[in-house]
Amino acid sequence: MHAPDPHTDPMVPVIARVTGRTRELSDVVTFEMEVEGWPGFAPGQFNMLSVFGVGEIPISISGPVSDTTRIIHTIRDVGPVSHALAALSPGAVLGLRGPYGAPWPVQAARGRDVVVIAGGLGLAPVRPILYELMENRDAYGKVTLLYGARSPAEILFEKELGDWRSRLDMGVEVTVDRATNAWHGHVGVVTALLRGADFTPANTTAFVCGPEIMMRFGADGLTDLGVAATDIHLSMERNMQCGIGLCGHCQLGPVFVCKDGPVFDWATMKPLMRIKEL
Amino acid sequence: MAIEGLQRILAAHPLFSNLSPAFLDMLAGCAKNTRFAADSYLFHEGDDADQFYLVRDGHVALEISAPGHGRMVFQTVGGGGVIGLSWLVPPYRWRFDAHAKEDTRAIAFDATCLRGKCDTDPALGYAVMKQILPALVDRLHDTRVQMLDLYDART
Repeated sequence: MHAPDPHTDPMVPVIARVTGRTRELSDVVTFEMEVEGWPGFAPGQFNMLSVFGVGEIPISISGPVSDTTRIIHTIRDVGPVSHALAALSPGAVLGLRGPYGAPWPVQAARGRDVVVIAGGLGLAPVRPILYELMENRDAYGKVTLLYGARSPAEILFEKELGDWRSRLDMGVEVTVDRATNAWHGHVGVVTALLRGADFTPANTTAFVCGPEIMMRFGADGLTDLGVAATDIHLSMERNMQCGIGLCGHCQLGPVFVCKDGPVFDWATMKPLMRIKEL
Repeated sequence: MAIEGLQRILAAHPLFSNLSPAFLDMLAGCAKNTRFAADSYLFHEGDDADQFYLVRDGHVALEISAPGHGRMVFQTVGGGGVIGLSWLVPPYRWRFDAHAKEDTRAIAFDATCLRGKCDTDPALGYAVMKQILPALVDRLHDTRVQMLDLYDART
């Protein structure tokens, strides 16, 4: 009898080793890990990460595509598996299957304006897009990042946001839902920032990631301004368990989020997201 | 040096950009340019709402003070925004503070003058309300979304 082979059986995890850990927020940690034979990934793809004896969850990759040695994940400690993941230290091992899923169509946006709208932890799955835009800045038109967080204390990747804001070749606006008088930035919903953003709707590709309600209103706001539904892309989240379209847990109408997504365009998602409880 | 006419400034502001030149002329009679230095207040809660503002550029925080919490900011308004809707409805009193966080240029409207013109000329009144109502609906919608606390990990 042969042992299961992770290279031929997609349900068998490979062993990943944690090489770095950064606390981003009180409940959010970013991990760097290494895997022998890592094939690389495309922006928007995810891995199934498992803590042995605890369970397995899908987590988007939040690092740069150009970094072929480190796999970077940003995890919020909200459930048993993410709690166990968040407790791992450098040197710890975990299981990894992936990368899986349809990516953000970033390359197809070359030559066009790009608007990225992210809310809360939704900044992590779009960070690979931002790295690509930064590394190949001349290939794109106007670039705008609109980011919303709950409060100033819950702004993710704050230092990087500051670095991006200081660039003269992209617009970065950050807003929070609530603040004290000490906060000098925007207060209000992230979609309100669209009203002041500088882009040409007919030549814009938008990437939206965050809570589903925020994505709905963000996509509506973009279409109201004239961005085509097929040029608006969202990253959906559902109960993904196998990651390869076999188990059916993440079925959303006619699609499996894990295999057909998690990135979909608004033209595909709009009718599905209008169905309550789907 | 030519002085930029208020009509042209009003026409360039998103709130009134759809109004006819004749209506803009009538509005301009109730308007004036104004500036607020950083850290000054446009108005305070409880003051008479005898003016409202179209922000040209700058950054204004709308605040409510609460015991134990200090001054809480519930919304900020930048260039292209409108500050104040309480001038439309009795008792014409502000319900929050408006705090310029940086140097801010705005068009200030004399609310009594504008209400008077709208009452006298219902066509103007209807046109003004058609411009203000979408801003009000946007604000209501944004407030509802803000109240959902979408980024709370538990939601």
